[in-house]
Amino acid sequence: MELQLLLLFMIFAAIAAVEIEDLLSSVIAVGAVGLGLSLAFLILKAPDLAITQLVVEILCLIILIRATINKDLALVRDGRWLFNTFSVLLFIAFFLLFSYFALKELPPFGQPIMRVAKEYIEQGLNKTGATNIVASIILDFRGYDTLGEATILFTAVMGVLAVMRRVGRINAK
Amino acid sequence: MSEYILCLVLFCIGLYCVLRKRNIIKIVIGLGIIEYAINLFFILVGYRTHGRAPILAKDQAITNMVDPLPQALVLTSIVIGLAVTALIVAIAIRIYDKYGTFDISKIRRLRG
Amino acid sequence: MRNKEPGMTLIVKTITRLTVGLILLYGIYIVLHGHISPGGGFAGGVIIALSFIHLMLAFGREVALKKLSEARASLFESLGAIMFLSIAILGFLGGCFFFNFFLHKGKPFELFSAGIIALCNIAISLKVGAGLFAIFAVLILFKKLGKDE
Repeated sequence: MELQLLLLFMIFAAIAAVEIEDLLSSVIAVGAVGLGLSLAFLILKAPDLAITQLVVEILCLIILIRATINKDLALVRDGRWLFNTFSVLLFIAFFLLFSYFALKELPPFGQPIMRVAKEYIEQGLNKTGATNIVASIILDFRGYDTLGEATILFTAVMGVLAVMRRVGRINAK
Repeated sequence: MSEYILCLVLFCIGLYCVLRKRNIIKIVIGLGIIEYAINLFFILVGYRTHGRAPILAKDQAITNMVDPLPQALVLTSIVIGLAVTALIVAIAIRIYDKYGTFDISKIRRLRG
Repeated sequence: MRNKEPGMTLIVKTITRLTVGLILLYGIYIVLHGHISPGGGFAGGVIIALSFIHLMLAFGREVALKKLSEARASLFESLGAIMFLSIAILGFLGGCFFFNFFLHKGKPFELFSAGIIALCNIAISLKVGAGLFAIFAVLILFKKLGKDE
């Protein structure tokens, strides 16, 4: 019951974030969506994720607020606005319709099929010696995926440092 | 079932924002909303009613835990989403320095 | 009235002096207890980066860069990545990739248990924390770019 109320709150905050003209207000509304997501992780019994989502949301807000400092001119509505909006809404309606048929194939909410995770839960303490099962999954059973994630982070940091460099090309004489 | 539908509605709101808005920062906000919806969907699939968090305690038996495997996957996905957002914002700042605007319909020239 | 010195007002600076050390300590606690209680390397690394960012936002760019310069942040990040890779490759001596052969598992619920998981948490927290601080230092508080091509 509280999960549905939280999801409704997140939907309202997302609609506010999309429709408000002022950039600073919409960034704050996205912060509200992220905070609601952290609460939803806590309700769904995932404490690792709640901590990580909270601190990552704070950092993401700081970076987004930096991007709104630059002022921009007012955007004008070009022609064919009604046709474009109508076609996007039609596409989204078709997407929701077909996804409803796909969601019927999933197991009902609250009864997951835990074929692989059953092994991890039962053998976790014997094989690794850690009591936090999620930590033993990401660092011992599936450590290769964590290596891929570290590579992505490294590449993103190098990308940001390369894009924001101040020295340019050497001018030809 | 209704939780899945609400999560997909959140995904569609982000999708509408990416498709229809012309300000680059609004597109980044839409991408952020899409990423929140996808992470939430993963954890919703792996939830067990009246389950326990996947942390062992000293005096409780190992029964009735929620699925820990989607939680491990989403944990890395959250940090990757932050890195990608920072990269897009860096590129957007450089675009503003070069063209003077965030409007994507005015950024047309690709210079070699 | 506007103050001419960099950073924020006096109230913010006083509170920052009191709390920034505690935030760093809390981040290190979450990293080290990653195999017993929820948290782990990623959340702890982000909290450590947030403590340095807090210092930079409250006191201005120069003071924070004296504590941790950009070159040294890059060094720490590469160090974290190399440490993680070398722990993984050392598993080859025991059997396969990421194999835990050289630290024995210990009793559960204690700090010195769970083999390589604690070392991997420390390496990941170094990498994530230093990397995010480097992103912030370059992205947020840089001087305006000149018209260079």
